[in-house]
Amino acid sequence: MEPLNGDDRPHLPPPSLWPVGFAVGVACVLVGLIVDPLVVVPIGVAILLVFGFLWARDATKGYRAPVPDLEPETRRPGREAPPIPAHVGEAAMPEPEPGEIERFPRSKFLEFSTLGLGGVIGGIVTIPILGPMVANPFRHEKHGKLDLGPLSDFPSGQWMIATFMTDPAEGEVTRRTAYIRNNGESNGEPSFTIISNRCAHLGCPVQPNGPVFDNKKKVERTKGAGDVTLIPMLPAGGFGCPCHGGQYNPEGNRTAGPPVRALDRYDYSIVGGHLVLGKTYSVSKVDGTGAQAKIHRYGLANPGNHVDGPEAWLYPLQPPH
Amino acid sequence: MPRSRKSARRQRMEAAINYPIEWLEERSGLIGGVRYFLFRKVPSDTNWMQTLGSATLTAFIVQAVTGAILAMYYKPDPNSAYQSIQHITNDVWLGWLVRGMHRWGASVFIILMFFHMARVFLFGAYKYPRELNWIVGVLLLALGMLEGFTGYLLPWDQTAYWATVVGININGTAPFLGPFLAQFLRGGAEIGPDTLARFYSIHMLLIPGALIGLIGLHLYLVVRLGVTSPPWSKEAAGAERVEKPKRGRRGLLMPGARGGIPR
Repeated sequence: MEPLNGDDRPHLPPPSLWPVGFAVGVACVLVGLIVDPLVVVPIGVAILLVFGFLWARDATKGYRAPVPDLEPETRRPGREAPPIPAHVGEAAMPEPEPGEIERFPRSKFLEFSTLGLGGVIGGIVTIPILGPMVANPFRHEKHGKLDLGPLSDFPSGQWMIATFMTDPAEGEVTRRTAYIRNNGESNGEPSFTIISNRCAHLGCPVQPNGPVFDNKKKVERTKGAGDVTLIPMLPAGGFGCPCHGGQYNPEGNRTAGPPVRALDRYDYSIVGGHLVLGKTYSVSKVDGTGAQAKIHRYGLANPGNHVDGPEAWLYPLQPPH
Repeated sequence: MPRSRKSARRQRMEAAINYPIEWLEERSGLIGGVRYFLFRKVPSDTNWMQTLGSATLTAFIVQAVTGAILAMYYKPDPNSAYQSIQHITNDVWLGWLVRGMHRWGASVFIILMFFHMARVFLFGAYKYPRELNWIVGVLLLALGMLEGFTGYLLPWDQTAYWATVVGININGTAPFLGPFLAQFLRGGAEIGPDTLARFYSIHMLLIPGALIGLIGLHLYLVVRLGVTSPPWSKEAAGAERVEKPKRGRRGLLMPGARGGIPR
């Protein structure tokens, strides 16, 4: 089978590892017929085809072209090898008989197949390990409708602190805070300014710089957002962060300190006379105030990430939220 | 002769004591292995500074044991984690002590790692052929600090929560992949119900496993490569064997020791 060799006796092709994968494919097809013919069988067929092709290619290697990197023939032409001089190295291995040499030793085959099978098993196990650990946090999360209660709870021109749960079933850990102002009507539609309290520096909760009227606190139980608390406030000095001193004006524009952009905002809609929160988005800055404000809007970014200017080139991609 | 009688009896006693040891050695080779590990030859002028690595290992073992005990009472659930910590501190017998050991031992572990690192640096013990062990040590230091970061969230009080928010968001400011790293750590877009259990698992299973493996590698390399002489060693410089210097003259910054100037 190896015409270059010049040896008169025929050589069998070296043992190949591809039949092992081929056998795995057969097993996969058979299991798939029982378990899930639509998903597992095609996988098995794919394995069969790939390994079958590789096996066939391997087996026909000797016929197709002279392969440059052949294992060198270790057989000696003469009957007897010259003896190794005594002063060279330690006790020499007995010189093997000419017919004794295996071209692809059995131990090597077993070594490769053990390592190969181990690798395959490791690879198969790795996918379910990485899935929940690495991939799951990047799935789109389902957001329920965050119903904050009827519009009558939000008097025109009045700032409110609203706390609500994004997932009431999970409890207090999902409680979030938004600062909401009813801007009155704009083009016949109610207009709201809804600012997230997550600081654009490193995510601490910003606080209103001004009086908070705790005695006028109101708790509204809604379907999607658990117990919604509404507290009137007067953030005359805007908002400030207790962690590292970031300051914002009432529109959420950064006025001092380390934040890299304005405060994030919430989308909103009016459904059946109720104020319903939508997605959060990031804002570089806000021109103007209230209903006339022009909001420079970007996709939601991690705190501390620039959304505009040259520094934004450092954050070209944000994970799906 | 009383002496020979005593020695015969002594021989019997020794045989009785040695029997179980030899039994174990014959079947496992463990005694020889432990002896090989513990009674290695070290340079005669090794220094107390060279015990800092063992001290760090001891601190790690204390963390592992106290952590295992705390895990018997801790509940990594957002709605009960804080109460379970209160329970450990106030109700479990000596729970306050174990929690305190774990909490302060964490700082001890990190500080000892830095001292150990400083010793290795100042002694030049990171040089050939020990470069790999320095690298393993740096990985251990990084993993140890990750332990600190993930463990800090577990008390689930205001400090823990907001410190972790800030810490994760600092990770999030790394260029390009930062936001993804932050979301991976959080287990989602926001700190939520999964974050606490995630940190708990990383803190008590993932990183300790890696730490134990790397500590094994670290010790293997120490045993294989041996302990370095201090930089002022005359023995290492070619002298036969150094007389012990007089009291009060031995120290890290002993003058004359390094430049070959006679004391």
